[in-house]
Amino acid sequence: MDKTNKYKLRIHTLLLKSFLFISILTIASCDTDKTQTVATFTNLVMADEFDVEGAPNSEIWNYDIGTGPGLDGWGNNELQYYTDRPENVTVQNGMLVISALEENHNGSSYTSAKLITKGKFSQSFGRFEARIKVPGGSGLWPAFWLLGENVDVDGWPQCGEIDIMEYRKQEPTKVSGSIHGPGYSGESTPQGQVSKSYDLGNDRYDAGFHVFGIEWGYQYINYYVDDVLYNQITPSDIAVTPADAVYTLNDRVDAVEATDDIPAVEAVEPTDVTGDWVFNKPFFIIINLAVGGNFPGNPDNGEAFPQNMLVDYVRVYKQ
Amino acid sequence: MKNIKFMYSKITLLSGLLLVVMMSCERDISVQTEFAHLSKTGDIFTDSPIDLGSNFYFPYTGSKPSAWSVDENEGYESAASMRIDVPNNNDPEGTYAGAILRVDGPGRDLTEFDALTFWAKATQGVVIGEIGFGQDFGLNKYEVSETDVSLSTDWQKYIIPIPDPSKLFDERGMFWYSAGTQNTGGNAYAFWIDELKFEKLGTIGQPRPAIVNGEDLVQDAFIGLSLQLKGLTQTFNLGSGLNKTVNAAPSYFDFSSSDPSLVFIDQFGVITANNGSAVITATLGAVETEGSLTINTVGGFNLAPIPTRDPSNVISIFSDSYTNVPVDFFNGYWEPYQTTLSSDFVVDGNNMIHYTDFNFVGNQFANPTVDATEYSNVHVNIYLPEEPSNLDFLITVRDFGADQVDGGGDDSFKQLFFDGDDFEPGVWSTLEFSIASMQTRNNIGLIIYENINGSSLTELYVDNIYFYKGN
Repeated sequence: MDKTNKYKLRIHTLLLKSFLFISILTIASCDTDKTQTVATFTNLVMADEFDVEGAPNSEIWNYDIGTGPGLDGWGNNELQYYTDRPENVTVQNGMLVISALEENHNGSSYTSAKLITKGKFSQSFGRFEARIKVPGGSGLWPAFWLLGENVDVDGWPQCGEIDIMEYRKQEPTKVSGSIHGPGYSGESTPQGQVSKSYDLGNDRYDAGFHVFGIEWGYQYINYYVDDVLYNQITPSDIAVTPADAVYTLNDRVDAVEATDDIPAVEAVEPTDVTGDWVFNKPFFIIINLAVGGNFPGNPDNGEAFPQNMLVDYVRVYKQ
Repeated sequence: MKNIKFMYSKITLLSGLLLVVMMSCERDISVQTEFAHLSKTGDIFTDSPIDLGSNFYFPYTGSKPSAWSVDENEGYESAASMRIDVPNNNDPEGTYAGAILRVDGPGRDLTEFDALTFWAKATQGVVIGEIGFGQDFGLNKYEVSETDVSLSTDWQKYIIPIPDPSKLFDERGMFWYSAGTQNTGGNAYAFWIDELKFEKLGTIGQPRPAIVNGEDLVQDAFIGLSLQLKGLTQTFNLGSGLNKTVNAAPSYFDFSSSDPSLVFIDQFGVITANNGSAVITATLGAVETEGSLTINTVGGFNLAPIPTRDPSNVISIFSDSYTNVPVDFFNGYWEPYQTTLSSDFVVDGNNMIHYTDFNFVGNQFANPTVDATEYSNVHVNIYLPEEPSNLDFLITVRDFGADQVDGGGDDSFKQLFFDGDDFEPGVWSTLEFSIASMQTRNNIGLIIYENINGSSLTELYVDNIYFYKGN
C-alpha cells in the first residue's frame, strides 16, 4: 500500500509541476497560496516560532536532565549528559539551537539537550510539524517525537511513542518515522516497531531545513516530509513480537475484604494492552539531539564538535 | 488518504520568480556584451564518447597506447562501454595503461555538477592506481584523483566528488586513469567503464578539506628553500553515508601564511622560506582545512659544488648546470621492499633530490636509454646530514641491453662500493668513478643507490648526476 501511494504521489507531482509551469507562462499570474500541501488540519493550537532570543519559552518547554532514570543513556547507551544550559540549548536568530558538545560533564563525555512539553502541552490527534536542519556529524541522533502522556503511570512502551523524525549520518538522505507500543516496541528481534524511512533521493537532510510532520487522527497516523506524504500507519500494521509478549497497564486493583469501616473491593486484573493501538489519547512533544547510542553508533574519532540541531518552528494544529 | 489535497505553493512561487526575471530581461542588452557559451554537458562516455571531438585520447609516456577501446559487447545496462586492457608489465609497447580524455575544443562549464560518476567492473578483483579528472596536459589546475580504486567483477557505481564545482567553469580534462599490474603480479587484466559523466547528485555533503593530510606538521627549512605543500585532500560524506577522500590540486585551495614576508606560499602551493617561522593554513570553498605546516627556517643551505666540465663532455641526468636527458623517475618506489620517500626541494633555484626513510632507490631514464659508450665516467654529489659509523653505500649503474627494458636477460651492470671514508657529515661529497669495464654501456637506463649492511643512514641529498668523458 505504501509503495502504491508514493508512486501515485510522484505522478501527481510531475503532472502538477508541468501544469503549473504552463499556466504561469500563459496567464502570468502568481499563486501565493501557502496552504500546507499534504496536511488538512489547519486549526493552529500551539506554535513556537522561536522568535525570542535566549532560553526557550518556559511556558511550552521543560527539559530532561542527565543520563536517564536508569543512568544508562536513556535506555539506548547514549553518551550525552542532557542539560538546560545555554551552551546546549538557546534561541538565536529565530532558531532553536540544540548544541551537542564534546566535554567532560558529570561523568559523561558529551553534553546536549532534550526539550519536552510534558506537563505543559499535550494533545490527542492533530498535526504536529517542525522545520528542522539536522547536524551532519557522525554518532548523532537528532529526533522530533511524541510520547504518551501516561508514561509515568504505565511506563514505556505501554504509553506509546510516535517518532516523527529520526536521523543518523549512516543514511544522510533518509529519515525514519515510526511508532512503538506494547508488543511492538522494537526491543525484541525481530524488531516490532512500525517504521518507514523517506529518502530525499537527490538531496541530504544535513544540507538544509525540511518540514517533518504527522497528521494524526483516530486509528491512523500520516507521515510527511516537506510536501510528500510517505506513509500511513494504522492498527492493521501492528504485529506483536515476540508473539507471546504481554504488556499491561498499571491499573491492577487488589481485593480488599470488607471491615466495619470500609466496604469490600473486588480485585481487578491489569488491562492487557499487548498489540493494542495506544494512540487515541494525549501525547507530548520531545525534541532532542542525542550523541552515540544504539541507533547512530558512537562519533568517529576526531569528529567536529559542537554539532547543532536547528529548529525553525514547531506547530501543532487540530482538525 | 483519499481526501488529501495537493498544492505546490513552492513550485508556483519559483515559477513566478522565473517569470519576473524573464520579463526584466526584456531590456536591451548592450551590443558589446558577449557571453561565453561553454557546453554544460556532463556526459563523457555513455555508449560512445559524448561531445569530446575527434582527438580526445592522450596516453601517458610509457603506457601502452592501444590500451583503450570501445567494447561493443559489454556495457552497464547497455551494449557498449570503454574497455581498458592493462598490459603485462613486460609488454614492449608499454608496461601499464594510462591516459587522459580531454575535450577536443573549448572546455565545459561543470559548475552545476558535484561529482564525476561512472560504473565499472574488471576481469578480476583488482585495485586501480588512480582515477580522476582535471588533467589537460596544461597546468592541470583543477586535477582531482582518487587513489586505489577497488574494482570487482560485477558492475559497481563509483563517485569522485568535485572539491569545489565553482572552479570548473572552463574545464577540458574530463577523465584520466593510470592502472598497472602491481596488484596482479605483473599479469594483464582488463576493466570496463560505462556511464561516465559529471552529475549533480545532491547527496554529497560535509566537506572536510585538508592540507598535510590533516596533520599539524612542523618542518625545518633552509633559507631560500622552495617546497611544494603536500597532502591536499577534500573529503565528503556521500549519500551512502560513507566518507570519500580525493586528492585535490592546489588551485582548489586558498592558502595563507601567518607572515608572508617570512614564509611565502603562492597559489600553486609552492612555499618559499625566507626567514624566521610562519604557519601555512588554507581554506577550500570557505571551509577551513584541517592540518597546517609550520616552517622554521634554520640558516642557509650549502649547495653542491657547481660542475665545471664542458657541457659537450657531459650527459646529464640531474643537474641545474646542464640540460638533462628525459628521466622516467627519480624514485620508482619499488614495492614492497623499498621504504625510500622523496622530499625534493629547490634552494635559490637549485633543484635538490632529497631522500628520506632511505633504504634503496633508483633513477630510471629508459625512454630513451643513455648511450654512454663515449662517456665512461659517472659523477654524483651526495650530502649526508648525519653519517653512521658502519656506513656502506652501493651505487649500481645498469645497462638495459638491446631490448632497452629492465630485465629480459641482456642487462649488464657495474657496482661501486663506498664507505665512511668517502663521506663527511654535513659536507657535499663528490663521487666519481669509471664504468669503462662494462662491456656494453650504450643502453644505460638505471642508477640504483643502496644502503647495505644495515647502517642507520636514513636521509641524503643528491645533486649533479651525470656521465662524462675525459677528466
